[in-house]
Amino acid sequence: MLLLQALPAIGNGEVIRYVMPWVPSLGVNVSFVIDGLGLTFGLLITGIGTLVMLYSAKYLAGHPQQARFSLFLTSFMLAMLGLVLADNLLALFVFWELTTITSYLLIGFNHDSAKSRRSALQALLVTGAGALALLAGIILIGTVAGTFELSEIRAMPGVLTESALYLPILILVLLGAFTKSAQFPFHFWLPNAMAAPTPVSAYLHSATMVKAGIYLLARTHPSLAGTDVWLWTLTIAGAVTMVFASVMALRQTDLKQALAYTTLMALGALTLLLANSSGYAITAAVVFLVMHSFYKAALFLVVGILDHQTGTRETTKLFGLGRAMPITAFAAALAGLSMAGLPPFLGFMAKELSYAGGVEAVSSPWLVAVAFLIANALMFAIAAIVGYRPFFSKAGKPMKGISEAKWPMLAGPLVLALLGAFFGIFPMWLQGSLIHPTVDSILGSTADAKTLQLWAGFNLPLVLSLATFALGFVIYLFTAPLRATLVSLIDRSPNFDRGWDKFLAGVLASAKWQTRVIQTGQLRFYIMVTFITALAAMAVTMVVKQALVLPIIWTPVTLTDLLVFGLVIVGTGLAILTQSRITAIAGLGVVGIGIAMIFILYSAPDVAITQLLVETLIVVLFAAAALRLPALGAEPLRGRWLDAAVAVAMGATVTLILLMATTGPIDRSLSDFFEAASYPEAFGQNIVNVILVDFRALDTFGEIAVVLVAAIGIFALLRSKPGKDEA
Amino acid sequence: MKSIILIAGSRLLVALLVVFSAYMLLRGHNQPGGGFIGGLVAATGFVIFAIACGTEDARRALRFKPTDIAAVGLGMALFAGIMAAIWSDAFFTGQWLFINATPEDKGIPLSSVLIFDVGVFLVVLGSVLSIVFALEEEV
Repeated sequence: MLLLQALPAIGNGEVIRYVMPWVPSLGVNVSFVIDGLGLTFGLLITGIGTLVMLYSAKYLAGHPQQARFSLFLTSFMLAMLGLVLADNLLALFVFWELTTITSYLLIGFNHDSAKSRRSALQALLVTGAGALALLAGIILIGTVAGTFELSEIRAMPGVLTESALYLPILILVLLGAFTKSAQFPFHFWLPNAMAAPTPVSAYLHSATMVKAGIYLLARTHPSLAGTDVWLWTLTIAGAVTMVFASVMALRQTDLKQALAYTTLMALGALTLLLANSSGYAITAAVVFLVMHSFYKAALFLVVGILDHQTGTRETTKLFGLGRAMPITAFAAALAGLSMAGLPPFLGFMAKELSYAGGVEAVSSPWLVAVAFLIANALMFAIAAIVGYRPFFSKAGKPMKGISEAKWPMLAGPLVLALLGAFFGIFPMWLQGSLIHPTVDSILGSTADAKTLQLWAGFNLPLVLSLATFALGFVIYLFTAPLRATLVSLIDRSPNFDRGWDKFLAGVLASAKWQTRVIQTGQLRFYIMVTFITALAAMAVTMVVKQALVLPIIWTPVTLTDLLVFGLVIVGTGLAILTQSRITAIAGLGVVGIGIAMIFILYSAPDVAITQLLVETLIVVLFAAAALRLPALGAEPLRGRWLDAAVAVAMGATVTLILLMATTGPIDRSLSDFFEAASYPEAFGQNIVNVILVDFRALDTFGEIAVVLVAAIGIFALLRSKPGKDEA
Repeated sequence: MKSIILIAGSRLLVALLVVFSAYMLLRGHNQPGGGFIGGLVAATGFVIFAIACGTEDARRALRFKPTDIAAVGLGMALFAGIMAAIWSDAFFTGQWLFINATPEDKGIPLSSVLIFDVGVFLVVLGSVLSIVFALEEEV
């Protein structure tokens, strides 16, 4: 409702902006901007959202998880609102992902059904993968333009299109937009997403979320459009999606599925229109966007009512319900007429404008116009199937004992359908407040925005419209035979949905293969790989950087030194040669204590104490573990040559590096700082401790978190009985 | 393994080690010691107790579940970091309170840093003990 207050200001061409720094060092702000485009989307989201909430309160009444549903729906609404109002690309991305996640939850709302779960996962993976591409694209945009603020990027015309990275940016952004808006060949997830409850389909998968991709295209239109790549990619993807989807829609007998495919058709049409930069095309896109949200949400809700009241959505079973459900029938008829593109509805104007835009398309006027003609004719037929047939057709026996739905369910479709008719008769109301400001946000001026009118004279678009009606009527009359042909045709053509399953199975198989090869389950193998990798890295660095100098240091050795080193060497020898685990552990303990003594000798008491304690505990732990292990067998010496070689090489390399490091002068600036600052600033004389708990407390916090996680991991490993629940 | 001598000795040792660990913890800011070392000392005490008298007695002596102790410790450390926000300082800025301070003497210094160190102490103690107890009970 707050957004309504912005209407007059936006109508006057103003832009409202609000900024809050988030991660300023990375240029990430939570900035919101309300301009024509954002406001149009924002009003659609909140307006339709309100009606859908009202509707679903009744639709799901008595459902045990109704509260959860409302929570998901509200979270989605917030995320979507953030998405269309965000001015910072990274903030936009965060909201983008939030809509993906809430959509996943909503599609999978009926989590008892395997089909719902599969559809939800499919939608999540497809749109999530696209979002990753989008993130990469956004980061590239940020590097090229030097800012993530959309408004600043728009103010620099050509900064992206003339950049060397334009093509990668375009591909990545389009991947994000096409997956989200289900453009061919990523279209398959959207019809499956109809597993969601009908209000969700009406809201997310026709009116709002799937339009996020379209929104992104419109948003980046000023910065990315105008090139041949943009023009042709969008034209082809849009045209293919549009025609393919409208043909598929005719094939469906389930009304909801048919509507799902017509939504795909609309998304294709919007993409196709946004390919261009002409006034007609963009105005058509905006009008189409608004009116599609009106009629499609209304029809989805109508289908939901039919489903709720009659228990079926099959077009072959629903006839003559107009008498039993007069209000539903009225709303359905209005929305259907708008969808069919008949005057005086908003749909008619959108269609006229898109023909006008198509005829002057730069890419290929004939291709675009013919694609629109086919799609619109099919749309006409489907509008009749959904909006007319269930209520007024006498082709079949009407159902008995059907009653009208309650008012909260009727309000949504009725209001939306009436709005479509109202704005069709009074287009100037919509034009000044929303359409033209939106065109302004996309094209940068309202100079090219076209006037909305019902009668534009006798011209080519009108002829095309009449042709559409004729063709559509013919298709409607021959729906049944056409559908039969389509069914047999489609069954024989490759199926994207099945292809997706194969793809997923392939990914899982390759993951299993990888795991088998890499994860042998032998600790020795892991350590070997780690050491060899580390050795290779160090060796390569030394050779490439030519850092290899043989340091010769000769300091006098004291008797204490000799004793301590002797102790360490004896401990090592013992650990290597013994055949008893306990002895080997004790040997290692000796080594550890020897090292602690070295720390004491070189005055590092904190480290020495820690070393001693850790050493003690490790011996205890190992001893406890060793009791459960079989005794060390006498291993053939040959098998240990590789071990020995790796161990010696590792030791020698580390020694060499240490010697080389100590020959150079030590940079004391950090030590000096801590020595100087420790007492005055942190009131502590033990520098080690002050660093741990004060100067680098965040690091320590991370470390103790890791300690805890490791402990929980070990605890869980020990408690789970092997073989019982190995997945 | 039940040895009367070890059991009798461990009672004394555990008490000493636990008291000593507290001492190590508190003096850590100015002399060798601190939460990490203190936690290890305390853990060693309980480990000895567990070896001598069995983990069941050791668990009872500890009163709380080791994983709980560790979790509380992590929470305390986090709390110490967040406390800085009350004074609008950056995360983990040390906050100090000097009781009875005179220009020459700092009096009794209390700080969020101490809370943090106690958190470290508890995490180390809880983590080590949860591992050791689980291992011992497996045998």
